[in-house]
Amino acid sequence: MEMVQARELIYEYEKRDDEGNVIGMNRAVDGIDIDISRGQFAAILGHNGSGKSTLAKHMNAILVPTGGTMWVNGRDTKDPRELMQVRQSAGMVFQNPDNQIIGTVVEEDVGFGPENLGVPTDEIWKRVEDSLRAVGMLEYRTHSPNKLSGGQKQRVAIAGVIAMEPQCIVLDEPTAMLDPNGRKEVIRTVQELRRRRHVTVILITHYMEEVIDADQVYVMDSGHIVMKGTPREIFSRTEELKKYRLDVPQATMLADELRKRGLPIPRGILRKEELVEAIAGLPGFGRRDKRQTLRQE
Amino acid sequence: MSIRLEHINYIYSQGTAYEKHALKDVSLEIPQGQFVGVIGHTGSGKSTLIQHLNGLIRAASGALYYEEKNIYDSGYPMKELRSQVGLVFQYPEHQLFEVDVFTDVCFGPKNQGLSAQECEERAREALELVGFPEKYYRQSPFELSGGQKRRAAIAGVLAMRPRVLVLDEPTAGLDPKGRDDILEQVAHLHAQTGMTVILVSHSMEDIARYVERIIVMNQGEKMLDDTPKNVFSHYRDLELVGLAAPQVTYIMHDLKENGLAVQTDATTVEEAADEIVRALERET
Repeated sequence: MEMVQARELIYEYEKRDDEGNVIGMNRAVDGIDIDISRGQFAAILGHNGSGKSTLAKHMNAILVPTGGTMWVNGRDTKDPRELMQVRQSAGMVFQNPDNQIIGTVVEEDVGFGPENLGVPTDEIWKRVEDSLRAVGMLEYRTHSPNKLSGGQKQRVAIAGVIAMEPQCIVLDEPTAMLDPNGRKEVIRTVQELRRRRHVTVILITHYMEEVIDADQVYVMDSGHIVMKGTPREIFSRTEELKKYRLDVPQATMLADELRKRGLPIPRGILRKEELVEAIAGLPGFGRRDKRQTLRQE
Repeated sequence: MSIRLEHINYIYSQGTAYEKHALKDVSLEIPQGQFVGVIGHTGSGKSTLIQHLNGLIRAASGALYYEEKNIYDSGYPMKELRSQVGLVFQYPEHQLFEVDVFTDVCFGPKNQGLSAQECEERAREALELVGFPEKYYRQSPFELSGGQKRRAAIAGVLAMRPRVLVLDEPTAGLDPKGRDDILEQVAHLHAQTGMTVILVSHSMEDIARYVERIIVMNQGEKMLDDTPKNVFSHYRDLELVGLAAPQVTYIMHDLKENGLAVQTDATTVEEAADEIVRALERET
């Protein structure tokens, strides 16, 4: 059974004028099929307004499809009887850390989710401690969230989600408002969760570097999935990505530039280490060392 | 003509338990027409710094000269300063409020007391400067895409014809194309009008690409103030304060360590590519 599955998923809403009269329909998601299996790290890319957040909101039934079906953990999200189960299976983390923290003390905030699920008190405390440890924020448990950095707040938000023990976490641009350090903290935390707890991760982002480790990358445009593949496959198609207002990681960009200048660099380079290796293998590289060695001999 | 800060100190919630020394003895001068980047991790004091530039917050001590006049002198025309130094906040589109884009952009000049006709001229000029399509002038700002909203908001500040434009993370939350478009537009604006542009950003790649000078803030102090090449050569120090150099800088260092005789000061992809090609040619 897939963790998240959609068939012919459609989400339409009414456009209204100032007086509230319907002036047309807008289709934010237009016939999407998607299969994300358990334990997978799936990334969704797409420009502003491509429909990726709308799709994400279907994964824990904040929105329900107006056409087609979405199943989370095998449960139909349209079915009101399944709502609690769906929400418990898939937790969500949003862009703005300040909008999703409600507690006045870190541990209280993290305990809010499990408390709402009716988890017994002893168990709540255990989960709070485990989740805060998992995101590396245990030492801040009695702090006020107001005094934390953006990256720390996002980690508390993630802890709040994992305290509900979901099998799947959906992160909608969790790093958009963070500085480089905060971005690294959050991505590292997410990878750690996946490795240790085998949580399915669905990451929506505008930062190409963050999806290099994904198992599968989906690219959205006007409500459709227009590209699908491993990061290596996706980022070998620079021109196509540009058409969808996206980009490639910097190492890939530099590899492209070098290829344009006539160097035989292979396609599909994602990391700086790969690029350095490819350049080191070029004719000419390190020849001076060899000459020097010869001379010394 | 310039903005000059002399020994500026700022303390939040002075005299309370939450007292925080947000700016410590900051001195710097930005000549008219410069394109400057300001970087620093969250809480480093960079937003506090830029809010001083148009007198939005007042230093606890020190002096701030705009065109050789101390803005803290009594009787200084603060209102005039605010129309000369335009501040575009983070997520400026949250401040759009009028019924349509054009009216929203007219709001600034209207407040400056200009006639309706002048306001419209200014609005048209500002919207053109940011490359906002004319067919959306009468649209509600809330029906626009993220990138268009941001343009409209920046136009709202430009309509006051500031001589200094301060942008606090103008590309946050935008897709890669939106990011490039806005920055290209700002660079174009800078070249066309001779306006001073002060860009606050978390993206080292963007900063490296556009600015001629970088001010690095750390714990309320000015840590570095130099050209991008020189600033990013201190990449180890930058990492210690939660920042980094652009990724290409790291690639150049790695290549050098692996035995390729490259200059390591490239900060943009194009510079790096040119230098790698040159280095390989030198060796063969």
